[in-house]
Amino acid sequence: MRRTELAAVLEAKGISKRFPGVLALDGVHLALLPGEVHALVGENGAGKSTLIKVFTGVYHPDGGELRHHGAPAAFGTPLDAQRAGISTIYQEVNLVPMMSVARNLLLGREPRGRFGVIDATKMYAEAARVLSGYGVETDVRRPLRTLGIGAQQMVALARAVAVDARVVIMDEPTSSLEPREVETLFGVIRRLRDEGIAVMYVSHRLDELYQVCDRVTVLRDGRVAHTGPLAGLDRLKLISLMLGRELNEVKADGLTRFSRDRHRAADGQGPPAVEARGLTRRHVLDGIDVSVRPGEVVGLGGLLGAGRTETAKAIVGAMPLDGGQVLVAGLPLRGGSTTAAIRAGVSLLPEDRKAEGIVPTLSVRENIALAALPALARAGVVSDAKIDRMVEIFMRRLRIKAASPNQLVSELSGGNQQKVLLARWLAVRPKVLLLDEPTRGIDVGAKAEVQALIDELAEEGLGVLLISSDLEELVEGADRILVLREGAVVGELTGDEVTEERIMATIADDRAHLDGDDRGAVR
Amino acid sequence: MLQQHGALMVLALLVIVGSVAFDSFATAGNAASVVVSSSFLAIIAIGMTFVIISGGIDLSVGSLFVLGGVLAAYGSQYGLLVALALPLGACGVVGLLQGLVIARTGMAPFIVTLAGLLGVRGLMLAISGEGATTYLVKNPAFASLGQGELLGLTYPVYITAALALVAMVLLQRTGFGQNVYAIGGNEQAAALMGVPVARTKVTVYVMSALLAGLAGALNAARLSSGVTILGIGLELDAIAAVVIGGTLLTGGAGGITGTVAGVLLLGVIQSLINQVGNLTSAFQQVVSGAFLALVVVAQRLLSKAQRLS
Repeated sequence: MRRTELAAVLEAKGISKRFPGVLALDGVHLALLPGEVHALVGENGAGKSTLIKVFTGVYHPDGGELRHHGAPAAFGTPLDAQRAGISTIYQEVNLVPMMSVARNLLLGREPRGRFGVIDATKMYAEAARVLSGYGVETDVRRPLRTLGIGAQQMVALARAVAVDARVVIMDEPTSSLEPREVETLFGVIRRLRDEGIAVMYVSHRLDELYQVCDRVTVLRDGRVAHTGPLAGLDRLKLISLMLGRELNEVKADGLTRFSRDRHRAADGQGPPAVEARGLTRRHVLDGIDVSVRPGEVVGLGGLLGAGRTETAKAIVGAMPLDGGQVLVAGLPLRGGSTTAAIRAGVSLLPEDRKAEGIVPTLSVRENIALAALPALARAGVVSDAKIDRMVEIFMRRLRIKAASPNQLVSELSGGNQQKVLLARWLAVRPKVLLLDEPTRGIDVGAKAEVQALIDELAEEGLGVLLISSDLEELVEGADRILVLREGAVVGELTGDEVTEERIMATIADDRAHLDGDDRGAVR
Repeated sequence: MLQQHGALMVLALLVIVGSVAFDSFATAGNAASVVVSSSFLAIIAIGMTFVIISGGIDLSVGSLFVLGGVLAAYGSQYGLLVALALPLGACGVVGLLQGLVIARTGMAPFIVTLAGLLGVRGLMLAISGEGATTYLVKNPAFASLGQGELLGLTYPVYITAALALVAMVLLQRTGFGQNVYAIGGNEQAAALMGVPVARTKVTVYVMSALLAGLAGALNAARLSSGVTILGIGLELDAIAAVVIGGTLLTGGAGGITGTVAGVLLLGVIQSLINQVGNLTSAFQQVVSGAFLALVVVAQRLLSKAQRLS
């Protein structure tokens, strides 16, 4: 092992970190070597985020020692860590949405002209040049928020790498990327590794770990459960290390928690619970037809930006439309009103939990009760006892891990936040639930639970529209899949056609078909 | 686009309407009087623009304006240098204290600077014997700073223009300016991107206080005395001008051009109401208030439209 002889560029020696009531890290040892891609895995709450924050100067360890190039180091602030050559890309894009792409990318190291004043022309040229290396072709003067989440993530990555980093820490970098962007990212990671930079890669997507990582450290309950080379480590073994369960248990359960059976209603020809006809919005949606029957899980496939999220938003009236209508149980829904949709029994679990879902300053209880309040109220007054009962039922059924119903929802892990949101929408007793990336960024255990729950709900007669970039999840979860491209339905897969290969082939077909066409024309 | 230049467009419209409606409006004299009387508010509003873009607010500037005036008049008996250094020093210290409390303890700027407003006003009253003592400006060099004219405009107009230019460059073309935008846009992200958040915030409040003190000193030079009754509610005029100028009250976006347009807009509204003649100047506040409400509603609709598209 030549690698272990190299001096670690960044090393945790017995790091401990305590929060009120929790020992988040308990004597963690981890050495990052130059020129390696080191995977850090573990369930949510295992201490990954805490460890990253210790490495990057956000948290200060209570015990143990941080060593940087062999010398003891203490980073007071993220700026100190950055100056020491440690860059981080966070799971949720941490840039400034209102500032331009270029200014975000180059903040703090803008090219200077005369009198030390920022040279705007040079800055824009530099930003465009850097970003084209990451497959982002855009007007860098536009505000960052006008870019898709994937492109924003690329800007964050480009920023992190560009500061002469010796260590790059990536926390779930692919959670908002589409496959093509993931390939670009891996290219960048390999380039970094070849340049002798240490990369720490945190992801729940095991496929990715095996593609790019050399070594792996598994955290469980704040302790290192395993560390060693990744090649040769069986995938099921890795999962069992993360979960702390026996290998054969994991084997029996499979990788996703969806049952292999199609749902009862899937083959039935009953009337749809919700039906959207000809949803159209200029440049976004082009005559989308979707219907979901009770007890059916319909998947929406396609690349990022194909119009999947927009379709879901249009169905619940959260996006203005130029044409088309939504029918619930045969009756048209008043357009542009989410209230009407919720009342009719159609709810959306949005993609961006942080911005569109949870209310971080409210408790678990209040977050769950939020949407159900109008239904629970009598003459505008809501009984506390009624809410308590409802909240208790959902917390138990969805296995929401919180200290109490009164804990702030922002203090929960991502997986538990997602469950709180699910509970919120289940509490209004919907007939159809639209789920936009329901398992993005949540850990393996919580993911399986959410998937099992979707299955269960469909069995009970709930219609589900499932949007997921995780093909495995889509294929195992959905009874029927509509493939979207550029805002139009380009294929429907049913029965045995529901496979990852067919989805990719359908997307690819359109790509091939497009090559002959005018690619620039967006209808 | 509309957000950035809305105030400028309305300003142009009002000037055209005013010129057509009133013969005495579009005169060099009237234009000069609008510009001259706007310059003091403009200096304060420039500082306020930085504070608001950084996501904060500074309510102490009205009191600091008065304190600056009184200290400048008092200091003028010891010469020009003292007349400027005394108010700037005192106001700078107040700004530094406010900035440190806001940046280090995370207390709400609204509360901290409200305390500053009350405390500074008390301090000013104590210095001036409850307003009984009015210090007169004795130094001719200092008085000329506020009264001297060049091409029909008093010196403070040129000082204001120079400050606005410097502020523009500072905001758009320096790392400090970028940090101000970043903090106002997303403070947590800014911190993770390595922006010195605390230092930038402190600087912003010190700047705002210094500019308020300078405006007060120049005003004392213009009036040849440190008047203690001016400046009540001036902080609200400054905030109104900044917001009318298109700077988001929530921070992260805005600019100096808009602020200057906002200040001039308030000045033009007042001038137009004076032209009408039979309306009292109190009516000016009604119109300004209505206009502010309009701008805030327009901002809201604009950002909503942007979110949905």
